[in-house]
Amino acid sequence: MTSMRTLPHVDRVGVAERVAALGKRSIKGDAKRQGLLLAISMLDLTTLEGADTPGKVRQLAAKAVTPSPAYPEMPSCAAVCVYPAMVSVARDAVAGTGVHVASVATGFPAGQTPLATRLEEVRLAVADGADEIDMVISRDAYLRGDDAVVRSEIEAVKDACGDAHLKVILETVELGSYDHVRHASMLAMDAGADFIKTSTGKAAEGATPGVILVMLEAIRDYVERTGRVVGMKPAGGVSTSKAALGVLVLVKETLGDEWLTPDLLRIGASSVLNDLLLQYAKTESGRYGRAEDFSKE
Amino acid sequence: MRWDYSPAPESTDHVRLRDRYGLFIGGEFVEADAYAPTINPATEEPLAEIAQASAADVARAVDAARAAAPGWAALSGLERGKYVFRIARLIQERARELAIVETLDGGKPIKESRDIDIPLAAAHFFYYAGWADKLAYGVPVPPARGAVRPRGVVGQVIPWNFPLLMAAWKLAPALATGNTAVLKPADTTPLTALLLAEILQEAELPDGVVNIVPGDGSAGAALVRGAVDKVAFTGSTAVGRDIQAALAGRDVGLTLELGGKSANIVFEDAALEQAVEGIVQGIFFNQGHVCCAGSRLLVQESVAEQVVDRLWARMQSLRVGDPLDKNTDVGAINSAAQLSRIGELVAAGVEEGAGLRQVSCSLPDRGFWFAPALFTEASPAHRVSREEIFGPVLTVTTFRTHAEAVEKANNSPYGLAAGIWTDKGSKAFEVAAQLRSGVVWQNTYNHFDPTAAFGGFKESGFGREGGAAGLRPYVKVEGE
Repeated sequence: MTSMRTLPHVDRVGVAERVAALGKRSIKGDAKRQGLLLAISMLDLTTLEGADTPGKVRQLAAKAVTPSPAYPEMPSCAAVCVYPAMVSVARDAVAGTGVHVASVATGFPAGQTPLATRLEEVRLAVADGADEIDMVISRDAYLRGDDAVVRSEIEAVKDACGDAHLKVILETVELGSYDHVRHASMLAMDAGADFIKTSTGKAAEGATPGVILVMLEAIRDYVERTGRVVGMKPAGGVSTSKAALGVLVLVKETLGDEWLTPDLLRIGASSVLNDLLLQYAKTESGRYGRAEDFSKE
Repeated sequence: MRWDYSPAPESTDHVRLRDRYGLFIGGEFVEADAYAPTINPATEEPLAEIAQASAADVARAVDAARAAAPGWAALSGLERGKYVFRIARLIQERARELAIVETLDGGKPIKESRDIDIPLAAAHFFYYAGWADKLAYGVPVPPARGAVRPRGVVGQVIPWNFPLLMAAWKLAPALATGNTAVLKPADTTPLTALLLAEILQEAELPDGVVNIVPGDGSAGAALVRGAVDKVAFTGSTAVGRDIQAALAGRDVGLTLELGGKSANIVFEDAALEQAVEGIVQGIFFNQGHVCCAGSRLLVQESVAEQVVDRLWARMQSLRVGDPLDKNTDVGAINSAAQLSRIGELVAAGVEEGAGLRQVSCSLPDRGFWFAPALFTEASPAHRVSREEIFGPVLTVTTFRTHAEAVEKANNSPYGLAAGIWTDKGSKAFEVAAQLRSGVVWQNTYNHFDPTAAFGGFKESGFGREGGAAGLRPYVKVEGE
């Protein structure tokens, strides 16, 4: 069902025009305030650095739970997203708050480790308290054309996840074309992905509006075909409020308002939160604030 | 959760319309005997009182153009080009104001007048300004023939669907080639042409080189029958026929850009997602008030259900309403008369059993509105498949083979435009060559560019506007 032959082609020029048109939507007033809060509630607040320490993860988690004490109406972020070694720290830091713990596993970001160790990594992260796993697909297998391997690996990871939600990262910039992005999206959903996710944030390019649109269209077609609802996570590159509101517009006008919930839409980012806070503060006070008005972490 | 866009109206604060606009003759605004209001079709409120040119006024305007003709033609191409460049730049400077007025007067969404109409109008003046001193290259002449000369005085009658853009299509090549002009804007949308008159004054265009005479059909009829050397008309096929009959046997050049019922052909190997988007752009752009609108969708049977389902779903997300709102996709119908014509043809389609589906969206109480509609069971024999509706109404017909698609596309009295959607280059070229259409778009629709020639076959008219081809109707080659 997901062979390339049965999927319609994607026209790059048409995609560019559509995202340019949707990029001109004017989001003002209440729509902007609501959109900013919505975007905050969908954030997978992320730190994925070699230099991450328990202290840094705890600070990030605190910020995810309470993005800004100045605005009690502000929701928590959806999750904190960390490397497997930091899962237990994050779990303790968000315990009882409703904020999820997501972990990138499976040899993130390259995925170039043996399947056995990737699966073990997933099991350990889940055992430590991750309730969401962000895996990378094997771009090596995908680019060789071995769809069966890509699919069976996703199925194996899904199995290793147990009750944890699985987000499948396509790393779209490495797939080479929108046709591949659409096809890989279908492959991941057929293999059991709960979410499909654009990027690791570690490659040359992250979530572009074009890639997001093509993946959303794949989700819409998959849901129509199977009835199973799948979520979307743009990650990497959504670094401004404008970009985050742009994601909401793309989702609203492609999948509809039903997808505008943290259960079905996440935005993977670290630096965007402070811009969302600044913009929100501006809608409240009518003037632009300073970066120092908010804690960095 | 439900997330609605808040209203995002474009501010009209800096737009200062006069209470009344006279006729623009001989470089100045002059009074007329009669005035009529032009209204905002989205609210039915009057915007300004507009002079209504009488036959005598039109004759005065032609005289002014005649008097200005020798001096204008005697200027070097380089000098004429400077004026045309200046007009282009002034349009850019006043772009925001022009866009708002275009939307107020015509009902089209501000995003279209802002991003398409006004920038393209400026682009046409820029493009033809560049030709002014290069005519020998734009109009190749056999060595035995003489020089390229302007025709003299041209009479130009333009439609209401792209008011400023159509004025630019007409005036830019006429001025670049050394003609003087009398332009008659449409009676429901005269305002931007009159703002253009102000721009011509600001550009210090010599008096009488362009004269603008608003009015109804009688002013247009007087103009095309007046003492002009060339007529350019864009509008309905019926009026085009009248003009051609009136000019028979006279040495008056004529170009006609008339109606259309253009086919948008979707093959099974198309990028369907983008094809659906192209279908939407093809028919709902400017409320379907587009002569080259892709109003007949021909879709290959194997993907027809999928395409129609997606199209219908996509139509639900069209935002219909206040044309000044930056998020509006479909604005107001241009006039009460046009709304009733659309209503009449759609009623005929329902009666014929063409299977109407119409988006149910809330429409403003006042003004002229028509929700986007689709006839899913349209047969080629139905009136709605043959007559130009000039509104946001699409007919859908299926085909099985390549040959059938071409046959159905060509089976129309019109031949203005067509769209082909396929991922196969060879198929696109083969089908394009078989279509009797002046314009063929591949994997896109309703894209305009001043460098590309535009014009029709059959009852869609003759002559080309745009590109180097657009120079030809405005010149005579000595010895011709």
